Amino acid sequence: MITMLEAIRQALRDELAGDDKVVLLGQDIGDFGGAFKVTQGLVEEFGEQRVADTPISESAMIGAAIGAAMVGLKPVVEMQFIDFLACGYNQLVNFAGKMRYRWGQGASLVVRGPCGAGVSGSAFHSQSPESTYLCVPGIKVVYPSTAEDAYGLLRSAIQDPDPVLFLEHKFLYRRIKGEVGHQPIPLGKAALRRRGEKLSVITYGASSHTAQEVAEQFGDQVEVIDLRCLQPLDEACLFESVKRTNKVLLYHEAQKTLGMGAELSARISEQLFEYLDGPVVRVAAPDSPVPFSPNLEKAWLPGAEQLAEACRRLLAY
Amino acid sequence: MTGEQLLQAYYFLKLNRALEEQLLKFYMQNKVVGGLYRSLGQEAISVGTAMALEPQDWVAPLIRNVGAFLVRGYRPRDLFTQYMAKATSPTAGRDCNTHFGDIQRGVVAPISMLGAMIPVMVGVGWGSRLQGLDRVGLTYIGDGGTSTGDFHEGLNLASVWKAPMVLVAEHNQFAYSTPTSKQMAITDLVDRAKAYAIPAEIVDGNDLMAVYAATRRALEHARSGRGPYFLECKTMRMRGHAEHDDARYVPAELLEEWRAKDPIDRFSQRLLEEFGFSQEQLSEQDQRVAKLIEEDAEFAERSPYPEGSRSQAQEGVFAS
Repeated sequence: MITMLEAIRQALRDELAGDDKVVLLGQDIGDFGGAFKVTQGLVEEFGEQRVADTPISESAMIGAAIGAAMVGLKPVVEMQFIDFLACGYNQLVNFAGKMRYRWGQGASLVVRGPCGAGVSGSAFHSQSPESTYLCVPGIKVVYPSTAEDAYGLLRSAIQDPDPVLFLEHKFLYRRIKGEVGHQPIPLGKAALRRRGEKLSVITYGASSHTAQEVAEQFGDQVEVIDLRCLQPLDEACLFESVKRTNKVLLYHEAQKTLGMGAELSARISEQLFEYLDGPVVRVAAPDSPVPFSPNLEKAWLPGAEQLAEACRRLLAY
Repeated sequence: MTGEQLLQAYYFLKLNRALEEQLLKFYMQNKVVGGLYRSLGQEAISVGTAMALEPQDWVAPLIRNVGAFLVRGYRPRDLFTQYMAKATSPTAGRDCNTHFGDIQRGVVAPISMLGAMIPVMVGVGWGSRLQGLDRVGLTYIGDGGTSTGDFHEGLNLASVWKAPMVLVAEHNQFAYSTPTSKQMAITDLVDRAKAYAIPAEIVDGNDLMAVYAATRRALEHARSGRGPYFLECKTMRMRGHAEHDDARYVPAELLEEWRAKDPIDRFSQRLLEEFGFSQEQLSEQDQRVAKLIEEDAEFAERSPYPEGSRSQAQEGVFAS
């Protein structure tokens, strides 16, 4: 059993060892091993050419990764915190995301880093920015919730021919453990975490664990589906579930407005209207920055109680 | 430069200018979709720098670097069809004007956000060196573009990594309507490079041979493992930002002064007076240019627009 953080490191190590085109770029990722120690030991094994420290220049890091990808490398860029990707938005969104469509040249690269709240990281070390990168074309978004998925999905992300944003919930880094295989897990496949008959909770990331805990309270009524990848999206899996249970609750840590839940709600309403026996419900964070003080942050997070209450109401509808 | 190269440079300079004159005709006839961005008066920079590259080097041209595309083997028809949004254009109508490229030709397509090409070309040079490939990445920036974050992040990273990258700054004195004096508190762009310990030199951007020679020095420096190199080519934008812009904010005497320094007039004169070329030899090149422009203009006019199907509009975002 290894932690999710160790699983990510193992995926990086296996890719570096198995493919000499793979290179890592990031701040403090070399001798220091990264702010969270994800890359610890890799520079000793693979050298500072392939595990390259960079200045604090998120835009230049992603830009350089795009150039390196064009000449055949497979760069993996670490954002020290995924919040800082805002400083590299233009390179990822306007350069990497649009190039294949515009002129036929793709960029095989991964931008990965810790996201999410729950550790009193405050407004700039706690965000869940997935919807920002889902509502622009050209970027795949992967968000694992287990050590096994983190390993397998990261390996697939690195070998993917297109830009992938790989989100790692920092709360899970050292809190969850799992048996990790040696095989990549293909992108775009959701996982059925718990079977239920009356209500589908669609979730991903750290919220997947909360959802499974809550579902237990409801016996065999609540089904939990962990999306694992938000782009490409396993629409077939979640549609199949909703058709069976006829009720759906969308649950995530990112803010509610225009979050993943908003998109899924729209798709379900458009395509599964006749299967629904109740309103499509969202449980998500409020539209405010992530607060700092533990009590405030706890109140801000869409937690187990809030989810359980929403499940009760929807089941009774 | 050899005699053959000099004649070739003359050909590309004239082709660059004639191509834009043809584009202007198309523009006046409403056949250009969107704006037309000229490089009038700056042709020696694109042609001189691109000719200095080795075949394995890569270049990322910007909007006023039509000459670099031509030197890299693109034809006038590629620019015509791009500007006219035709299905036969290199991007098949998906993107505009100079927004095209092909890594088989070592040409990286630009995005509109200025400065963005700099980190990317740092990555091209760095990534090539990591694989043991002898390749320098060259790109351009205007005086206005040197105020962007990517310019500074990119140069700093290039210098720290000693990336084989050459940045050619075209100091054409106006960023849209903003003169350099309102853009920065320095006079020479080379001062920006000094902050990153990058060797830099000022070049007469309207002197093709000077541009070529300086670029050869820059490439040699970058190729030898000593890191990036910065060239500031002093020049003047002789038209508005684009053709819709009458550039009334540019003092007439400034244009007058620079008209006398026209890079093609100066180069032609040197070919005739210093290098012993005959007027016939130059006229021969002029005829080649005219013939190609005519042929390609016709091709572009004849070309269809994309069908406009929904699938054509939305496919190709991902590899699969």
